Amino acid sequence: MSTVKITFDNHVIEVEAGTTIMNAARKVGGDIVPPAMCYYTTLHGSGGKCRACLVKVAQSSEKDPRPMPKLIASCVTPVQDGMVVENITNEEVLNARKGIVEFLLLNHPLDCPICDQAGECDLQDFSYQHGLATTRTEEKRREFDKIDIGPNIKLHMTRCILCFRCTQVADQLCNSRVHGMIGRGDVTEISTYISNVIDQDFSGNMIDVCPVGALTDKNFRFKDRVWFNKPLDAHRECSKCCGHVVLWMHGEEIRRVTGRKDEYNELKEFICNECRFEKKELSDWVVEGPRAIKRGSVIAQNHYTLEPKEETKAVAAKS
Amino acid sequence: MGRKILTEHIHIPNIDSFDVYRKHGGYTSVEKALKKMSPENVLDEVKKSGLRGRGGAGFPTGMKWSFLAKGTGKPAYLLNNADESEPGTFKDRYLMEKNPHLCLEGMICSAYALGANVSYIYIRGEFKWIIKIIEKAIAEAKANGILGKNILGSGYDLEIYVQTGGGAYICGEETALIESLEGLRGNPRIKPPFPAVSGVWGCPTVVNNTETLAAVKWIIDNGGDEYAKIGIGKSTGTKLISAGGHINKPDVYEMDLGLPVEEFIYSDEYCGGMLNGHELKAVIPGGSSVPVLPKNLILKTASGEPRLMSYESLAEGGFISGSMLGSGGFIALDETTCMVHNTLNFTQFYHHESCGQCSPCREGTGWMKKVLKHLENGEGKMSDMDMLVDIANNIDGKTICPLGDAAAWPVVSAIRHFREEFDLHAKNPEKAKQTAHPARSIYHAIRKPELV
Repeated sequence: MSTVKITFDNHVIEVEAGTTIMNAARKVGGDIVPPAMCYYTTLHGSGGKCRACLVKVAQSSEKDPRPMPKLIASCVTPVQDGMVVENITNEEVLNARKGIVEFLLLNHPLDCPICDQAGECDLQDFSYQHGLATTRTEEKRREFDKIDIGPNIKLHMTRCILCFRCTQVADQLCNSRVHGMIGRGDVTEISTYISNVIDQDFSGNMIDVCPVGALTDKNFRFKDRVWFNKPLDAHRECSKCCGHVVLWMHGEEIRRVTGRKDEYNELKEFICNECRFEKKELSDWVVEGPRAIKRGSVIAQNHYTLEPKEETKAVAAKS
Repeated sequence: MGRKILTEHIHIPNIDSFDVYRKHGGYTSVEKALKKMSPENVLDEVKKSGLRGRGGAGFPTGMKWSFLAKGTGKPAYLLNNADESEPGTFKDRYLMEKNPHLCLEGMICSAYALGANVSYIYIRGEFKWIIKIIEKAIAEAKANGILGKNILGSGYDLEIYVQTGGGAYICGEETALIESLEGLRGNPRIKPPFPAVSGVWGCPTVVNNTETLAAVKWIIDNGGDEYAKIGIGKSTGTKLISAGGHINKPDVYEMDLGLPVEEFIYSDEYCGGMLNGHELKAVIPGGSSVPVLPKNLILKTASGEPRLMSYESLAEGGFISGSMLGSGGFIALDETTCMVHNTLNFTQFYHHESCGQCSPCREGTGWMKKVLKHLENGEGKMSDMDMLVDIANNIDGKTICPLGDAAAWPVVSAIRHFREEFDLHAKNPEKAKQTAHPARSIYHAIRKPELV
């Protein structure tokens, strides 16, 4: 496999040809990684829609006929040898990102206080990190008729940012897709085919991949705030999926089961509906231990401390 | 001046029938190309002609064709983009309606140059009667051996199919057109890969405007060098201009590129001056997407040169004092026009037609529409103008396809050149209320179950 070298925010990164700019930046990690609202590594065909990850390609390779410099979506653009990319070092990119936050929040109801996603919401993080504290809009926000899409998933269309991830889950994980987008422009909405509901196996992953609170777990609705739960890593033998999950505990009770999200809030392994919705007893699971939560996360605000590891304990005892 | 290449025979009765068309020099280019020329020769002639895409962007056609991926083992396709829906543009409709065989002839030569054995005409769904005209023309051409297997005994096969659009402006964007042709939701694709590498069904594809393809006939008949002699500089050949607005003779005109704008508006050969002796106020020279220019800047460039109808001259001055030739939808506005209402009208269109895929365009067009509506109805604020420019700049260049840019430019340019008028609306709310046009609100009357 041939490798190419690109310069990303003054870091020289060497990656395999065909890698996207976003994934090249993720190899370095930290602040320079562009935010992603619609891109999802494990979902084929995702990305390019929200424009949150726009970066400036200051210089492209000689092969590319397109005029540069130009703002392009880093999540879908493959790297080219000799490319010079600017992200946080470029004022224009940061301003563009402010604009994108403004657009995404324009019709968003901002009902975080009653939204189950609050605390683990990509849009919250994105607007907190990149947006303005004020709003310029005085317009009425768009509304939709409420529709029931199935027994396990609750749809709040007003919160949707149209990332299309849920349709990709249905296409790539479920045996059939019964929902899609109808309408166009800013009245596009998620809907199901007539007299169909989303209850296919693996459809529960739509809840996890949804970057906002548009698709939430019906069984978890209004039961708890995510930061009052203690997440535990656990697994079980499952014939359909990997069985690697996170249990969100309230005392001894399992409030909900989700997949394991990585640092970019993405699932690497998807879990089946049986693991997610039906196994709500601790006896169903082999608990591996508390899940590491980033200190900056609101979930860590619940004075949630990791049990010190054995080695640390030993060191502490010595001193 | 007044040379006719595309519209030469257009007024001959029954030119839409095969026999009459053939009698007037029809399908000579197909004979010439297929019998005497190799596909490379055809491509060379088109390259030499300097023909540029007539759909709006003005990209050199020969260069576009040469990007087509070769040796992939996949069939190549030629798509004829007849999804003409730009407000102010009605040239392709005129051409297809009056002279369908000319469109087919250009397509056959082009498909031969590209090595395509299947070609599609994607016609806007609203053009129901034109679909019938084109289908009749295809049937006639097939019956006469110009289309189908072994055309004119040359061993070259070509099938042309008609595909109708569902009435979405966005499907005029080439990748959205491809998606729509494949039977999917008409969302523009993310580039790269470009259609020349991976287009319809993942095969190398060229998408050209109807007028561009029709011009290929003359180029093959008379040679690329002859074509390059017409026009001015890099804007070679003739262009169909669909003139509309407050002029005496709204119509489709064919003119050599490089005609002075002043002559085009005031000469009797073309628009015939302003309607009812009114004063010219502003011109949108290339369809609703391009920046609007006030009278002083459309007749003369910022440097004082006379403005010509060509790609370069209209773009002179960039977006500060220039515009674009676009698709040739020439809209002249007289002094009675309210620029705020005009801008609102365009923005309403782009809001309605945004596909909703990427966030700047989906949300920004609706926001601009709402703010402009307040201004138009006397509910605006002085700060709205700066905000509108800011919103438009946040959309411009940040979207997947050019629809976002097309929505932003009219707003930015109208505020740049007619700011007093916008200010007037904000300062005199009572007057604005009285003069406000009954705002036609398109509250998404069309809600089709377009499942992804």
